[in-house]
Amino acid sequence: MPSSPSPLLASSWRDDETLALILRGCWSLRHDPPGFEDVAPQLANGSRPARITFETTGLDQFDSSLVSLLLHLHRYCAEHDISFDRDALPEDVRELLAMALAVPEKRDTHTMSRERDFFYSVGQASLDLIDEFHDLFQFLGECLFSFGRLLRGRARFRRRDLWVIMQECGAEALPIVTLISVLVGMIFAFVGAYQMADFGATIYVANLVAIAMAREMGALMTGIIMSGRTGAAFAAQIGSMKVNEEIDALKTFGFPPIDFLVLPRMLALVVMMPLLTVYANVVGMTGGMLVCLGFNISTKQYLSQTLEALDFQSLALGIGKSVLFGILIAGAGCLRGMQSGSSASAVGTAATSAVVVSITAIIVADSVFAIITTLLGI
Amino acid sequence: MSDPHPEPHIEVRNLTMAYGSFVLMRDLEFTVNRRDVFVIMGGSGCGKSTLMRHLIGLKEPAAGEIFYDGRSFTRADSGLREEMLRRFGVMYQSGALWSSLTLAENVSLPIEQYTRLDRARVREIATYKLSLVGLGGFEDFHPSEISGGMRKRAGIARAMALDPEVLFLDEPSAGLDPLSARRLDDLILHLRDSLGSTVVIVTHELASIFAVANNSVFLDVETRTQGAVGNPKHLRDHCQNDRIRLFLNRGSSDHANPDPHSVSS
Repeated sequence: MPSSPSPLLASSWRDDETLALILRGCWSLRHDPPGFEDVAPQLANGSRPARITFETTGLDQFDSSLVSLLLHLHRYCAEHDISFDRDALPEDVRELLAMALAVPEKRDTHTMSRERDFFYSVGQASLDLIDEFHDLFQFLGECLFSFGRLLRGRARFRRRDLWVIMQECGAEALPIVTLISVLVGMIFAFVGAYQMADFGATIYVANLVAIAMAREMGALMTGIIMSGRTGAAFAAQIGSMKVNEEIDALKTFGFPPIDFLVLPRMLALVVMMPLLTVYANVVGMTGGMLVCLGFNISTKQYLSQTLEALDFQSLALGIGKSVLFGILIAGAGCLRGMQSGSSASAVGTAATSAVVVSITAIIVADSVFAIITTLLGI
Repeated sequence: MSDPHPEPHIEVRNLTMAYGSFVLMRDLEFTVNRRDVFVIMGGSGCGKSTLMRHLIGLKEPAAGEIFYDGRSFTRADSGLREEMLRRFGVMYQSGALWSSLTLAENVSLPIEQYTRLDRARVREIATYKLSLVGLGGFEDFHPSEISGGMRKRAGIARAMALDPEVLFLDEPSAGLDPLSARRLDDLILHLRDSLGSTVVIVTHELASIFAVANNSVFLDVETRTQGAVGNPKHLRDHCQNDRIRLFLNRGSSDHANPDPHSVSS
């Protein structure tokens, strides 16, 4: 294949007012064709032309590189009162240019994205924060009404959905809860055993693990696992239903989306979280026991020490917290899902945000519990 | 086709639609009569679907009012509004089937909710509705297992579940092959005749507009208000507004001028 001549753009003055642009060669995107900045100096300096014409006898081939340049030039000329002689262009080019200019450029689109200075950002952030609170309280209110309807037996949701969600966020979470809890129990036991071995008090590792799991770690670790596993799933499920207009469809059939989507998820987590927490406690203490076997503490000793250390208060505290965590996780997941925008990336953002919000909420709530229980001496 | 004694079913009075401070359309004023097949048409992005969302109460008007059978829908309290909503059937642009349910369950859910029929009877009705749109045998498929066009038809089956008085269809034939689109047009007319439903369609498929519609509103994106109201065939031949004649003639200048393709520099 013969090498095609590279694209060339030159200009010459026809008379005092008319500038002719000479287009030559093969204008192809692959040949690094000249751009608007190569013509601009001719148009901007003192001897501004009143008219632009073209000479295209040497033009072999062209593609979008040429037409896009001409379109740019055409706009420039229109803005600067320069007449643009399109009759001098080859017919193919003229047709493409006419097609690009057929629908006038929409003007008011540019004003919508206005410049953002510091004050604009601060103002926008404040307004967003207010909106966020407004959404949050509206969501809480709607959840309360929905719960009221549930108590009066008038909430509209499919019972089967509730069972399916319970299975998804309960039974199917058992393997990961087992793994994490047994490891947490073992870590506590290791840390404790090495410290206490110095005092000859290795047996108190059982107390350490039992109290830590029952009061804090059982509920906390289960909560964190469920945030990542179930909270994100809730946000993604509801968010994609929103993208697909399924939520609108619920509304027009008279099913309140809160009853239909949020209530079963909330109920499922409120029921499953305490169960998972109790399970995590047992598994965690078993993990501690495995470690203690290596420190010459028998199973029987460990068990009796554990039972002695545990009291009703610690267990009840952990389980109570897990119920609250369940509400927080389901609430954050569902709220973010309902707030999700209508695009695929918005669903991803909603899921991420649900995890961040619920983990933060869980840790903050746990700290508040720690302060309250310390003050009350529980 | 046109009723000698039209009975107003949906009345839109002085409606302004806006997103925040951005006004999409203002001063919409038209009446849809009972048993009309009414088409909302206009260029893309002019607010056709938004107008439908106003009519079914998913968006509140910035100004103006919507009446059904002479009762204000806009100012109805939640109880009355729910009662009015129950007479609507809505098909959304993408079908909007509930993705966790099978097709039969999608159609059954509203029936179970609003009737006291037993399971077998509900299933029977769901099967019938799905057969009407050519989806017999697909009862136990999930929406993700069927094609886009089938989802759309299943959406229509669900919209018809409760034999609604008003059926809203958002771009029902977009994305359907010509034969399915034709059958859908026939179905719409048949439903109108047998159930006496009023049908409101958002579309810009000219073939289907001329095949089914006896009344329409054209939303003009340039002036941000309605361009014309009336039978689309009549508008095609006699409308004063060039843009509407061009739209209804697919841009050809048989009845219209000037040609938009001849651009002056």
